[in-house]
Amino acid sequence: MPLTRATEQSLPATSLKRKLRLRELVIQAVLFLCGLFSIFVTVGIIYELGKESMLFFGRTQWERTNKPIVAAISASDVQFEVSNIGAMASPGEVIRLDDELLMLTAVEGSTYFVERGFRDSLPVPHAAETIIYRGVDPSVWEFLTGTSWAPHAGQFGVLPLLNATLMVSGIAILVALPLGLAAAIYLSEYASPKARNTLKPILEVLAGVPTVVYGYFALTFMTPLLRSIFGQDTVQIYNTASAGIVIGILILPLVSTISEDALNAVPRSLREAAYGLGATRLETAVRIVLPAAFSGIAAAVIIAISRAIGETMVVALAAGAGPAFTFNPFQAAETMTGHIVRISGGDLSYDSLDYNSIFAIGLMLFVMTLALNIFSQYIVRRFREVYE
Amino acid sequence: MTDTAPTATATAAIETNDLSIYYGSFQAVRDVNLDIQPNRITAIIGPSGCGKSTVLRAFNRMNELIPSVNTTGEVLFRGQNIYKPDVDPVEVRRHIGMVFQKPNPFPKSVYENVAWGARINGFKGNMDELVHSSLQSAALWDEVKDKLDQSGLSLSGGQQQRLCIARAIAVRPDIILMDEPCSALDPIATLRIEELMRDLAKDYTIIIVTHNMQQAARVSDRTAFFSLSEDGKRAGMLMEYGDTKTMFTRPEKKITEDYITGRFG
Amino acid sequence: MTASNLQGRHRLGRVWLVVFQIALVVGIIALCALLFNILNGSFGFVAVEDTVSPESLAVNGVPLEDLDKDALVQILQAHISAGLYARYEFEKPFAERSAGEVYDLILERVIEPRFVAQWSLYETLTNGDAIRQQAAQEFPNARLEFRSWLNSHFLRAPQSSYPEIAGVRTAVLGSLWTISIAVLFAFPVGVAAAVYLQEYAPDNLINRIIQTNINNLAGVPSIIYGILGLAIFVRVLGQFTSGIAFGASDPATANGRTILSAGLTLGVLVLPLIIINAQEAIKAVPNSLRQASFGLGATRWETVWYHVLPNAISGIMTGTILSISRAIGETAPLIVIGASTFIQVDPEGPFSKFTTLPIQIYQWTARPQSVFRNLAGGASLVLLGLLLTMNATAIILRNRYRRSL
Ligand SMILES: Nc1ncnc2c1ncn2[C@@H]1O[C@H](COP(=O)(O)OP(=O)(O)OP(=O)(O)O)[C@@H](O)[C@H]1O
Ligand SMILES: [Mg+2]
Repeated sequence: MPLTRATEQSLPATSLKRKLRLRELVIQAVLFLCGLFSIFVTVGIIYELGKESMLFFGRTQWERTNKPIVAAISASDVQFEVSNIGAMASPGEVIRLDDELLMLTAVEGSTYFVERGFRDSLPVPHAAETIIYRGVDPSVWEFLTGTSWAPHAGQFGVLPLLNATLMVSGIAILVALPLGLAAAIYLSEYASPKARNTLKPILEVLAGVPTVVYGYFALTFMTPLLRSIFGQDTVQIYNTASAGIVIGILILPLVSTISEDALNAVPRSLREAAYGLGATRLETAVRIVLPAAFSGIAAAVIIAISRAIGETMVVALAAGAGPAFTFNPFQAAETMTGHIVRISGGDLSYDSLDYNSIFAIGLMLFVMTLALNIFSQYIVRRFREVYE
Repeated sequence: MTDTAPTATATAAIETNDLSIYYGSFQAVRDVNLDIQPNRITAIIGPSGCGKSTVLRAFNRMNELIPSVNTTGEVLFRGQNIYKPDVDPVEVRRHIGMVFQKPNPFPKSVYENVAWGARINGFKGNMDELVHSSLQSAALWDEVKDKLDQSGLSLSGGQQQRLCIARAIAVRPDIILMDEPCSALDPIATLRIEELMRDLAKDYTIIIVTHNMQQAARVSDRTAFFSLSEDGKRAGMLMEYGDTKTMFTRPEKKITEDYITGRFG
Repeated sequence: MTASNLQGRHRLGRVWLVVFQIALVVGIIALCALLFNILNGSFGFVAVEDTVSPESLAVNGVPLEDLDKDALVQILQAHISAGLYARYEFEKPFAERSAGEVYDLILERVIEPRFVAQWSLYETLTNGDAIRQQAAQEFPNARLEFRSWLNSHFLRAPQSSYPEIAGVRTAVLGSLWTISIAVLFAFPVGVAAAVYLQEYAPDNLINRIIQTNINNLAGVPSIIYGILGLAIFVRVLGQFTSGIAFGASDPATANGRTILSAGLTLGVLVLPLIIINAQEAIKAVPNSLRQASFGLGATRWETVWYHVLPNAISGIMTGTILSISRAIGETAPLIVIGASTFIQVDPEGPFSKFTTLPIQIYQWTARPQSVFRNLAGGASLVLLGLLLTMNATAIILRNRYRRSL
C-alpha cells in the first residue's frame, strides 16, 4: 500500500475541538443587538406615548371662567360673593384663586361656599377682582366622546380631529380605490409587457414625490380648482376635500402596486379555465381574477387607509388650522396629524398641556395605524395560504 | 479502473454508527453503519430521494445549515465523533471538503477562488505556489494559467467544476465529498473529472454520490447502495456495501441487482 | 348563447377597457399636474420696483454689473450708513469679499428691489400682453421682468424674510447634514440587523418577534417618529444632542432641538426600510455561494463578510438610497422635534439648530402672501432635483457594480 496523506499525517486528536472564536462571538452579539434595536424603538414609542398620555389624562387642567370675586377675602373666609359675569362653577368642583385651590361646596345665588386650602395648598388672602379658574380633569371618556377640542378652555374631545382625519382618509380612498384598482386590472390583465414597463415607473414617480410637495399641490392647485368648480362661497380656502383628493393621488401607487401583485399572484390556470369556458377578457378579469385576489386587494386598501390616516403635510397645509366638527368636506377642519404639527411648530415647552396632548393624540394615531397594519398582514397571510 | 485492488484497511477514514437524520419529524436516513476506507473512492448510489446527499452532507456537518435537520448516531472521523458537542463544525469542514452538484465558483478571480479557502484557514506559505499546485492537481492549470485574474464565472462548466475541485484541494483536506459532481457537465467534461478523481485518490479519500452506474463502476473502489425502506415510511437505508467489482458482478441482494441492472425505479 | 349576446359582451368589454385605461390616464394627468403646478409657480412675470434704480448707480456710463470691486465698494459705502458698513467690514473685511458678493450687498441694501406683483407661468405665457398693460397701469414705477424663481442667487442665499433675496442655502445644507447623520446611523445598524435576521437568526420566537416588529415599524406614520424623537432625542438625551455634555455648546441657551436629534430621528424612521431592503438583497445571494464557503471551512462571519455582503452590496446600496430619498422629503417629524422657523446662518455642525428643505417649502407655502408660494415652487424644484440626483446615483451605482462583477 502506498504511503498516503491520510495515514502519514495523523492530526492530533484535539484538532476538531471547538475553539473559542472571540471575534465571531463579538460580531454575532453586535449583529443581534442591531436586530434587537428595532424592539427598543417600538418599546420606546409605546412607553413614551403611554407615559405622556397618562400625564395628560391624570392632571388637572385650569380653565379660566372670567368670573372675578367681588371683594377682597382673607385667608380664612369660607364664603364670598362673585360677580355676575363669566361662567358659573358648580358645587363639587375644584376652583383656583391665584395659587390656592378651593373646593366649592355650595352655590347660593352669587355666593360661593368653599373649603379653603384644598389639596394642601396654602390659604392666603385674595384681592378683589381676582379671576376664578375652574379645574378640569380630562378623562379618557371625554377624550373619546367629546365633540369639541379646545384644551385651554377645558374641552378635550378628540372627535373633531378624528372626524376630520376619517373624512380626509375616506375621500382619499374614494379617489384611490377605483383609480388604483382599475389601473391594476389594466396593468395585470390587459397591458403588454412593454406598456407595463413604461406605465408602472410613472406611477412609481408619484410615490416618490415628497408629501410636502403634495401639500403645495393641494393648496395651490387642487383648492383653486375646487373653488372654481363649486364656487368660492361653497368651498373654503382650507378644506378637507382638497386634502383628501390629493392624498388619494398620493396613495394611488400604493393601491395599484399591491393590488397588481395580488392579481398577478392568481394562477394562470384559473384564467385559462375561464377562457376555456368562453369568458371574455373582461369577464375573466372581473368575475374570476378579481374575486380570487380579493384578500390581497383588501390588504392594499387597508394599508392605504393606514397611510392616509398618518399622512401629515398635505392636511397641515390644505385642510385647515383649527379643530372643527363638521361633515362638510368643503369646510376647514383640522386632522389629528395636522393638529400635532401645528401646535408643535415652534418651541413647545415640556410638560405643558399641549405637549402632553400631542402624545395622547399620537397614541390614538399609533393604535389606529398599527391595528390596520396588523389586520392587513393577517389578511395577506391568509391570502398566501390559498395559492402557495 | 484501479490497478490496486482495494484491501480491507485497519483504520477507516469515516465510520458511522447508527446514523439517522431527520428533517423535522421526517426520518430521511435510518441507522446507517458504514466505514469509508482511506485513499479509496467510495461511490454512493441509489434511487432519487433515498438520502444520498443527506448522508454525504452529514460527513462534514453541512446539514446543519438547514435549520430543521436533526442528526443522531455517530460519525467518526479518525476515531472522533464529529457530532460530539465540543467539536467545531468549522474545523470538521476544514478536514473534510466538498464539491457540489452545480459548479459554484465564487464571483471572484480564478486565483482568488483557489487562494481564498487557504487564506482563511491560516495558510502562511507561498500562495502563488499553492494556487499553481492546486490548479495543476485539478488538471486545470494549463487551461487557466493565462486567465488567473479573470472571473471564475467566465470559465466553461467543466472548467468551473475543476476550479471548485482545485479550491477544495487548496485547503489540503483529508477527505473530499462530491455530490453528483458531473451531473451538470457534458460527457467529455465528465470524463476529465473522472480521470482527475482517479489521480486525486492517490492523496485523498473521495466519496462521490452519483446516479450514473457506469460512473460508479468506472471510478469507484467501493460502492454503497442506498434505498428507501419498505415499511412505507420512505426512510433511506444502506442496503449493501462492498467492493465495487463484487457489487456490480455478484450483488448479494435482489434489490441491489434490480437497481444496478436498471430494473428498478 | 346567441350571437347578439356575445356582441354585447364584447362591447361591454371594450367599454370597461376604456374605463381601465382612463384610470391610468388620470394617474398620469395627476403627475403632470403636479409637475406643471411646480413649474407654474417657479417661473413667471414679476413687477419689480427698485428703491434706487441701477441706472442711476452707473459710473461714467459703465453699467453697475460691469464695475470693478473698488467702485462697487465705494457705491455701497456712499449709500448705506457708516454703522452698517462697519458691521459688514467686521463680519468679513471687504478686502476679502469678491466683486459678486459686493454686488449682492448693493442689490440688497441699495437697489432694494421690491416685488409688487407676480404672475404664474401659465398666465405669463397665455396672457402676456394683458399683464404688461395691467402692470403699466397699476405699477407705473415698476418694471416687468420674467423671473425664474430658481436661480443661482436662490441657491446661494440664506433664508430671508424678504422674498426678493431669500434663498434655500441654509435649508439645503440642513437637509444634507440631517440626512448624513441619518445614514451614518441607520446604514450600519440596518445592514447589521438584516445580516442578523437573514444569516444568523434561528427560527425562534424572539427572532420572529423582531421580524414582525420591523414590518410593523415600516408602517408607523412618520409623525409618530417625530413624537418619539421629541421625547427621546430632544428631551431625555438633550444633554448629548445639544452638545452640552461634550462642552460643544453653551448650556444657557442650547437645547436638544438640533441637527443631531433631527438626523437620529430620520435614522430611526428609515431603519426599518433599510433593513427590509437589505434583507431582500441578502436573500437574493445564491445559497450555493454560502455552501461553497462553508464547505471550505469558513466561519459564518467569514462567509458573510467575504461572500454574502460583496454580492448583496449593490442591492443594499440601491435600497438604502431609495430609503434615504424618502427621508430627505420627510417634513412632519422634523417639525414635531422642533425645526427652527428662521435660520439665516449655515449650520456649523451636529449641534446647530436646523431647518431643512421640505420644512422651508412648508413654511413658505403656509405663508399667506402669495409671493412666498413662488419661493416654495422654486424650493420644490430644488428638492425634486436633489431626489432625482440621488435616484440617478442609485441606478449608476447599480449598473457600474454589475459591470465590474
Ligand atoms: N431541506 C430539506 N428539507 C426537508 N426535507 C428534505 C430536505 N432535503 C431533502 N429532504 C428530503 O430528504 C430525503 C432525502 O433527500 P436527499 O436530497 O438526501 O436525496 P438524494 O438521495 O440525494 O436524492 P437525489 O438523487 O434526487 O439527489 C427526501 O425525501 C427529501 O425530500
Ligand atoms: Mg442528491
